[in-house]
Amino acid sequence: MEIPHVADRRHLECDVLVVGGGTAGTMAALTAARHGASVLIMEKAHVRHSGALAMGMDGVNNAVVPGKATPEDYVADITIANDGIINQRTIYQTATRGFEMVQRLESYGVKFEKDEHDEYAVRKVHRSGSYVLPMPEGKEVKKVLYRELRSRGVRAKVQMTNRVMPVRVLTENGRAVGAVGFDTRSGEFVTVAAGAVILAAGACGRLGLPASGYLYGTYENPTNAGDGYAMAYHAGAELSGIECFQINPLIKDYNGPACAYVANPFGGYTVNGEGNRFVDCDYWSGQMMAEVKREIDSSRGPIYLKLSHLPDATISEIEGILHTTERPTRGTFHAGRGTDYRERDIEMHISEIGLCSGHSSSGVWVDEHARTTVAGLYAAGDMACVPHNYMIGAFVYGDIAGEDAAAYAKGAARPELPEDQIAAAHELIYKPASNPDGPPQPQVEYKLRRFVNDYLQPPKTERHLSLGLEAFERMRTDIDQMGARTPHELMRCAEVTFIRDCAEMAARASMTRTESRWGLYHSRDDWPLQDDENWFCHLNLSKDSSSGEMRFDRRPVAPYIVPVPGFVRPDGVPDAAAPRAGELAAAWR
Amino acid sequence: MAQANFRADVPVTVDEAKCIDGCTLCVDMCPLDSLAIHPETKKAYMHVDECWYCGPCAARCPVDAVTVNIPYLLR
Repeated sequence: MEIPHVADRRHLECDVLVVGGGTAGTMAALTAARHGASVLIMEKAHVRHSGALAMGMDGVNNAVVPGKATPEDYVADITIANDGIINQRTIYQTATRGFEMVQRLESYGVKFEKDEHDEYAVRKVHRSGSYVLPMPEGKEVKKVLYRELRSRGVRAKVQMTNRVMPVRVLTENGRAVGAVGFDTRSGEFVTVAAGAVILAAGACGRLGLPASGYLYGTYENPTNAGDGYAMAYHAGAELSGIECFQINPLIKDYNGPACAYVANPFGGYTVNGEGNRFVDCDYWSGQMMAEVKREIDSSRGPIYLKLSHLPDATISEIEGILHTTERPTRGTFHAGRGTDYRERDIEMHISEIGLCSGHSSSGVWVDEHARTTVAGLYAAGDMACVPHNYMIGAFVYGDIAGEDAAAYAKGAARPELPEDQIAAAHELIYKPASNPDGPPQPQVEYKLRRFVNDYLQPPKTERHLSLGLEAFERMRTDIDQMGARTPHELMRCAEVTFIRDCAEMAARASMTRTESRWGLYHSRDDWPLQDDENWFCHLNLSKDSSSGEMRFDRRPVAPYIVPVPGFVRPDGVPDAAAPRAGELAAAWR
Repeated sequence: MAQANFRADVPVTVDEAKCIDGCTLCVDMCPLDSLAIHPETKKAYMHVDECWYCGPCAARCPVDAVTVNIPYLLR
């Protein structure tokens, strides 16, 4: 393919640039447009079927519905699930604004399950509160959002560029002013000037290699390759909790959710090879994952999702949900293996590692207004560090980011874009095309991700992590030599650079936190104990502005605004008052 | 560099008899952009073995021509 000259480019302008048109990104765009901003969504897939909800979602994991649960319960539950290391003000937003978001989604046409009294049919999966709310027509959720983006009133304010992939955020004097990317079909070079930038690019789901060895057989949508983590890092933003990996209990080989959240209320549960239950709470936490791994590795392994004891009609109902929403090929998988839930329980295993604050807590550091540490740069959704934030949290933070970014962009100057950064991004994008005979991306990526498995999978040790770092440094050379022949291959090559960046961050952050915490997520065999005296703090990493090296800073855990029953803060910092009504960002109306 | 062409069993198959000339719905929707229109047959096909077996291609096909199989390594 022909490499475009750096000056030969499509240039776009907007008030608010949204990177990624998934859950958080579509909501950010809708809210920013509502607040009068001109919005551009840059999406490397197609907004209609992109992001973690590509095909839909079977339910909401974290809706605090008035009368069913309280924000205080939810904040306390998540504080405990994350071993106390949490900025409660961020979680409080999800807790207090989640219900409004459910209603907003309903007004768009998303259906949530109601009981015979027309009340939301929330279910208990967490340790104490009931926040799980099924979406019976969850496969329509992205369709509904897309329709909203194309509706009268919104359409004129929101541009969407499908199949255009950003690779770097542009900064000027420490402020985000735009982005650089390319068209993954035509190869065209693209620059964007913006008043504010919202990163909503999803998890780093293509970090570990699945046990199947198939590069794209990941738990997360494999298009989510850590793009946002890498872009935020290179823009100078802080990231936090990167050592707190995402690892999930899944259907073996299929690598999709089993899914106890759906099956639990119907009487399904997880058992070991002897048919006995071994976890008292099916909520996905690091502690639960440690128990799952121990059971699988023991003589009582493997583990199964047990449904075979249920009546036929109940199983058909479960199949009706699990085989149509979120991952509809699940039925195809079972049919191919000849597995029928009525006759056999379903073998489970643990997933590859990833980075995802939607499920655990690794992400770009944000405050309760979705602001990163770089002015004019926001993060929302799976890539923003708001622990266990799931889908409702992604919508809430998209909404918050959209509102704040629209206000920021109004008063923001529009400087000339920095040509040196544009040239560097051009080099990053097109270098593989100048070397078409170099090693192809599938081989380079396979090797990189095998090293991730070899050296980063918990339990972690200093020695393994150091070897991992060496491997990731060596992979810089491999990436330098990688070859591509089409714009599509350039996309995959750029993603390999993101995966490498994330692997390095994961190794260094894991080495720095010399203790074990969050169950399996950060289990260090050489530091087996939780060390509250030294490590009851956030561990933030960033690119040092003078040396360009990765640096680490400890951030104190902010005073709690919600008391956590049964949990004593090891640092003795007293609780602060809960925010007054309206003190946090205003509601969407 | 020495190179080899290698054959792969790809997960998404298209029934060419059903696939409509000029329709690009499955190609437009694939999150991984793994489908394309073949320049000779003018029919959709999987041009790279990159698949999350997620299903929008099959769900959006108006004539039921697209089948998503589980990738061989997972089957």
